Amino acid sequence: MTVGLFIPCYVNQFYPDAAKATLQLLRKLGVNVAYPLKQTCCGQPMANSGFENLTQPCDDLFIENFSSFDYIVAPSASCVLHIKDHLHSPQNAEGANKIRKGIYELVEFLTDVLKIEKLDAVFPHKVGLHHSCHGLRGLHLSQMSELNAPPFSKPQQLLSMVRELEQVSLDRADECCGFGGTFCVAEEAVSVKMGKDRVTDHTKNGAEYITSSDLSCLMHLQGILHRNKSAVKVIHIAEILNAGL
Amino acid sequence: MKKEIKKDHADLAEAFIRDEERVDWHDGALWFIREKRDRASKQIPEWEALREAASAVKSNVISNLHAYLLQFEENLIKNGVIVHWADNAEEHNEIVYSILKAKGLNQLVKSKSMLTEECQLNEYLHERGIEVINSDLGEYIQQIDNEPPSHIVLPCIHKRKEEIGELFHTHLGTEKGLSDPTLLTRVARKHLRNVFITRRAALTGVNFAVAETGEYVVCTNEGNADMGAHLSDVQIASMGLEKIVPQKKHLGIFLRLLARSATGQPITIYSSHYRKPRPGQEMHLILVNAGRTNQLKRPDFRDSLKCIKCGACMNTCPVYRKSGGLSYHNTISGPIGAILAPNLDMKKHADLPYASTLCGSCSNVCPVKINIHEQLYKWRQVIVKEGYATQTKALGMKAMAWTFSSPATFTTAGKAGRWFLHNIPFVVNNKFNPWYKQRDMPEGPKESFSEWYEREEKKKEQQHT
Repeated sequence: MTVGLFIPCYVNQFYPDAAKATLQLLRKLGVNVAYPLKQTCCGQPMANSGFENLTQPCDDLFIENFSSFDYIVAPSASCVLHIKDHLHSPQNAEGANKIRKGIYELVEFLTDVLKIEKLDAVFPHKVGLHHSCHGLRGLHLSQMSELNAPPFSKPQQLLSMVRELEQVSLDRADECCGFGGTFCVAEEAVSVKMGKDRVTDHTKNGAEYITSSDLSCLMHLQGILHRNKSAVKVIHIAEILNAGL
Repeated sequence: MKKEIKKDHADLAEAFIRDEERVDWHDGALWFIREKRDRASKQIPEWEALREAASAVKSNVISNLHAYLLQFEENLIKNGVIVHWADNAEEHNEIVYSILKAKGLNQLVKSKSMLTEECQLNEYLHERGIEVINSDLGEYIQQIDNEPPSHIVLPCIHKRKEEIGELFHTHLGTEKGLSDPTLLTRVARKHLRNVFITRRAALTGVNFAVAETGEYVVCTNEGNADMGAHLSDVQIASMGLEKIVPQKKHLGIFLRLLARSATGQPITIYSSHYRKPRPGQEMHLILVNAGRTNQLKRPDFRDSLKCIKCGACMNTCPVYRKSGGLSYHNTISGPIGAILAPNLDMKKHADLPYASTLCGSCSNVCPVKINIHEQLYKWRQVIVKEGYATQTKALGMKAMAWTFSSPATFTTAGKAGRWFLHNIPFVVNNKFNPWYKQRDMPEGPKESFSEWYEREEKKKEQQHT
């Protein structure tokens, strides 16, 4: 099994530690991982703003970079969802289809493909889990609070394998943080208010760290925490699952 | 005249958010209703199956609307109801006016009807010397304040009880400082009872119209539609074409879903079925198109016509809760309003599909399973294609797409002082970027992951050789 590592553009630029943790974690679990150096972006920022018509070059490049792998894994639910829902190629429909079916967000790759049952990780902190909406309602990484359906949570399942980690429970388990791509600047006031309220839910319930499978949400929450000089930190879930190995 | 609104959603939301304590209260009030809805829906084991059934029935309705409307009309006529067809708001308003004029009436009592808000019926009649009183308490309050409803189920949810007390003091002569909801409601009731007794004409909305029997169902919690209708000589009902259900038995699905989704109640207090005029009474029903058949022609958006106007998508929407219904500058606000409004006027409502993070909670609470957040995404594509995106946004997106399309450009840009900091909308590092108003950006690391990876791989190669 060969896995192509897809590191979203902003993670590559701003959060290399999360990308390193993803790579190291997969390798330690015995996965043969390669990182195609010519990757750029999934095209989501354009598509979500209404410019889907500009994303064909991104799609073509993505197919070129990743078509040789059995699986594609990325530490970002949002970008994975975009590829799954929107990657297309009029010239290479089969190639596009293979990509859409073969791409996994890191958490679901660990629980559904590798089916790991234990991890040698230690993280002696109180952690609040932020469900990114694309991970939750798009990839269905956890049960959604709106539905009358049995509960489950893939990220919580993994976090519960980490020694000395205490998960804090939140008042609103799966509310959006307000990042929303270009929404965060186009609707700055609403975006920040939503982010502040998510941060408050975590801090008042005692979280030392806020974690998520999406760094875009975390970047937004971190921006608010930092501006308000909070001691609470954000950390990508890969870094926790890779901690102390 | 109602207050003029010209700013876009982001501007209006920003103004609403300035009073943070008020936003917290508004958010909490609506979240409370969302939680009530969750509890109510979870008491019904077959809840998800009910949603599925409702969605399927409505799919059938909007796919066979022509036949159902004719069947409904035929049964209405059989029942002695006078049927009118209106293609647009103006025609609708003219019909109501002509009915009243023929009877020499200059007063009307009206229960809740978003359709007549959409048609601006009150303004139209007012200009022609006819006085309309809204009898739903929330709409009555909004009417007194000369403001449109901010929520389709809870028209004045953005107002605090003290503000309502102040309005009542000014307009109804209550004691200054009175803000007890029970006492205020009693005052309103006294005023409205007098209205009911003296009005000869009553207009109601329609929640469900049964094609099979020609009856229509009006759901209220206050019984205000009933009091208006039962005391009237002329009863008028206005409905959008999409309100049809094929058979009476289908009400068993929709009535169970409606109140639970709307407020977390098992059922609305009054679910009244109207079928025939009383002896001596005249009963009219107006079937209104007002853009619905246009929406029906759009394959990506036609499912929006399944909406039963429960308001659950508003209560769950974090953007709605933090920005208030009036920030959507449209009769139907919130996520459902944002997918309905561009059909009516794309230029005016081009901002609404962007007033969302696409979190998807709206689609999950929708009792008829409208894929609201997917339609928001699709409307954005249409708005750009039709040329309603701002020019600066279009240029920025093109630059971004060009950079991402070339790995060489992207890598060089990444190295050259982090291309990101200059180009990605939310990180552009200058004082004009709204990101930095209340947020910081992470400090750029010494090297990107790509740079680190390349270095590590080279090291490995050297070790092996």
